[in-house]
Amino acid sequence: MSERNDSMMKVSSNPHIRSKVSTSKIMLAVILALLPTTIFGIRNFGLHALLLVLVTIASTVVTEALFEAVMKKPLTIFDFSAVVTGLLLALNLPPKAPLWIGIIGGVFAILVVKMLFGGLGQNFMNPALAARCFLLISFPVIMTDFTCDAYSGATPLAALKAGESVNILDMVIGNTAGTIGETSMIAIVFGACILILMGIIDLRIPGSYIVTFILFIGLFGGHGFDYSYISAHLAGGGLMLGAFFMATDYVTRPVTKFGQVLFGILLGILTGIFRIFGAGAEGVSYAIIIGNLLVPLIEKITYPRAFGKGGERL
Amino acid sequence: MNKCVERLWNGLVKENPTLVLMLGMCPTLAVTTSAINGLGMGLTTTVVLALSNVIISLLRKIIPDKIRIPAFIVIIASFVTIMQLLLQAYLPSLYAALGIYIPLIVVNCIILGRAEAYAYKNPVLPSLFDGLGMGLGFSIALTCIGLVRELLGGGEVFGIHVMPQAFTPISIFKLAPGAFFVLAVLTAIQNKVKIEGAKKGKDVSKIQSGCNSDCMHCADSGCSKRLIEIDEVEEIKEEK
Repeated sequence: MSERNDSMMKVSSNPHIRSKVSTSKIMLAVILALLPTTIFGIRNFGLHALLLVLVTIASTVVTEALFEAVMKKPLTIFDFSAVVTGLLLALNLPPKAPLWIGIIGGVFAILVVKMLFGGLGQNFMNPALAARCFLLISFPVIMTDFTCDAYSGATPLAALKAGESVNILDMVIGNTAGTIGETSMIAIVFGACILILMGIIDLRIPGSYIVTFILFIGLFGGHGFDYSYISAHLAGGGLMLGAFFMATDYVTRPVTKFGQVLFGILLGILTGIFRIFGAGAEGVSYAIIIGNLLVPLIEKITYPRAFGKGGERL
Repeated sequence: MNKCVERLWNGLVKENPTLVLMLGMCPTLAVTTSAINGLGMGLTTTVVLALSNVIISLLRKIIPDKIRIPAFIVIIASFVTIMQLLLQAYLPSLYAALGIYIPLIVVNCIILGRAEAYAYKNPVLPSLFDGLGMGLGFSIALTCIGLVRELLGGGEVFGIHVMPQAFTPISIFKLAPGAFFVLAVLTAIQNKVKIEGAKKGKDVSKIQSGCNSDCMHCADSGCSKRLIEIDEVEEIKEEK
């Protein structure tokens, strides 16, 4: 699980295969994969975005370290999972959000969602997304104000919902209003490719998520399978970031392969419902945390048979 | 008289209905958006609890065992109706704020629980103080929850603005999730204090109330004091 376990001697029955993969290496790879979209966001939105990212990461790491010091538990900040949480949370914040928003979000993500439930591996929903939803409900004005120096007005998704036309090329490149890390589809997909090539994530969840979402938008979006409408929905909002980086979180996704496909389908349907029929323009965050809550049920119905086909279900 | 003080202490601290027994969660979570609402709800319940305990204790030799629950409900419902009409007449703003939760005091499991676990088996005076203690414990817990939620969610205490201008209200604390957060933290603090107290050798065990009135987790299925069968407990919870 973590670095300190690697140095331990373990006694178990053979065969013995040692994996070089450790939590910290996976987390470092995720951080690496998130760098393109982070750098793009900072270039796009300026110095304040960089400060917000750094403050949020510092907040998550310090919270975890302090909690473990107070509770006299082993220090786990060097598995870098807190850094990933902080980075993902920061990428989900509006670029002009005050710095204390990042601090409160970081503390909530680590303290309430992760550490109080037992630390990494025990959190019942994605800490970064739970913190984002907490902030969104707590500070609706700040969290939905995407006005900044470079862009003013609504996000592309809000404009789309209002029936205005959007520039899809700008959305794919990322020259639009939005949260720090969600605007550039290219940068996110580039990062996701790194993770897929390294074998850290596979396409089961993102693939089934996006395909279901396209079908849902096509059937219920009111525009049929209109190419530009669907691509605007794909490139807009947090769909790409959510599908590749949040829904694939090892802790909060189902462990069974078929379960992961079901999970993706569920997320696609929920996101579609929130975006088309909901009051707000965006629904990826809520879709994923609701999906996280249903993971135990998904795992229950996709539990593998004990003795191969025809065996008794455990 | 000692017995009466013990009953008060029991309801306020040792078996605090909200923070220890975890009873009456529905009003606890629903009406504590402000301290004044919490206090109003708590005091209304206290009056009903104390008076119904007295009447049930007076009638305990008359009420037949088999129909005691309907009898309790009738007594409790009468007092709730009286309180409802009084509130409507004299405190209409509180009446409007508490809304449906006033008639729902009838099915508040604290009241039925005290009637069954204590008032039905004990003399009038201790029953009165048992009701007062439990009711005040409920009131204090609700007021504390309301205070924290009002402070964080609106920057106010009893309707008076206290937070500095720079403070942005954290509106989630005015909503349902905020109630769960605050209740959980208060319960955790209460448990921590108890554990520390136990380490120093203080007696923190619940005071004898006939039983621990927790039939849900009681192993003694043949208990003659058994409040109601488990499925009935579930039903009452659902009704709430």
